[in-house]
Amino acid sequence: MSFDLILRVGTKFILPFILLFALYVQFHGDFGPGGGFQAGVIVAGMVILLAITFGLDAAQRIAPQWLVQRLVPLGVIIYAGTGVAGLVLGKNYLDYSVLSHDSVHGHELGIFLVELGVLITVSGTMVALFYAFVERGR
Amino acid sequence: MVLLTLLAIITLAIIRQRSLFAVVILAGIYSFLIASVLIVLDAVDVAMTEASVGAGVSTVILLATLHLTKTTTISPVRLRPLALFVSVITGAVLIWGTLVLPPFGTADAVIHKHVVPRYIEGTIPETGVPNIVTSVLADYRGFDTLGETTVIFTAGIGVMLLLRGARRKPSPEGEDESA
Repeated sequence: MSFDLILRVGTKFILPFILLFALYVQFHGDFGPGGGFQAGVIVAGMVILLAITFGLDAAQRIAPQWLVQRLVPLGVIIYAGTGVAGLVLGKNYLDYSVLSHDSVHGHELGIFLVELGVLITVSGTMVALFYAFVERGR
Repeated sequence: MVLLTLLAIITLAIIRQRSLFAVVILAGIYSFLIASVLIVLDAVDVAMTEASVGAGVSTVILLATLHLTKTTTISPVRLRPLALFVSVITGAVLIWGTLVLPPFGTADAVIHKHVVPRYIEGTIPETGVPNIVTSVLADYRGFDTLGETTVIFTAGIGVMLLLRGARRKPSPEGEDESA
């Protein structure tokens, strides 16, 4: 890999802001545009940018392969688990109103958990796909 | 109109282009243009998804595929009259289908009368989430989004299995692959 100073320094500067923007998109998704899908892809984009600029090993130091591969099913489990919680507490599947003492609060909490699940699965899948492609090409 | 003209130009360029690298980059530009069109249509959430997935990640994945398959150009395809005929007819039927759609932005279109008023009225008192897109996506249509998440999960697992499974094959013949 060639040593490109401007690219490396620029990437270092921009990485935390990408992550911050992803978190903003995730948690501000209730009020403005955004949500789990978009934020997940932005998080994955950050890891991919790191891997392109600094090499695969640098990316796998902050997002190791085993972690990424476990994130893929974890998000689905969080999402489906939120649904099961409604079932256990005596309402329909994916009915969030039982998650809190107040129905509106329960819905807010449910949407938060569900979006978190989407974020985890989407970012995990995108990064895992990228790793799979890159490792194959080695 | 400008955006749509640019879209048409990009599409023609993609068709004419023989270098696959250029095609991938043009497809990324195409996605950004589509995202701009969606912003003009006030669909900011979808625009964001299109910009990040269509222009960002899929461009990277396609470039990685080009790197893996070592293909850089495609041989020119000769014109097939039957295929051209089928494409033209299909396109004409699709355009004909849009003629009966209500004009863009009509408030009393059928799609705005069924469950949409219920969502718009219910979002704040029922879910406390001001962004109706989020409340519909994650709450009213939670099942659909669960399905979408599962689709991403399944697709990811499938691609990973494909790429890994093929890599493991050479190991019995004394390759350096250990796992």
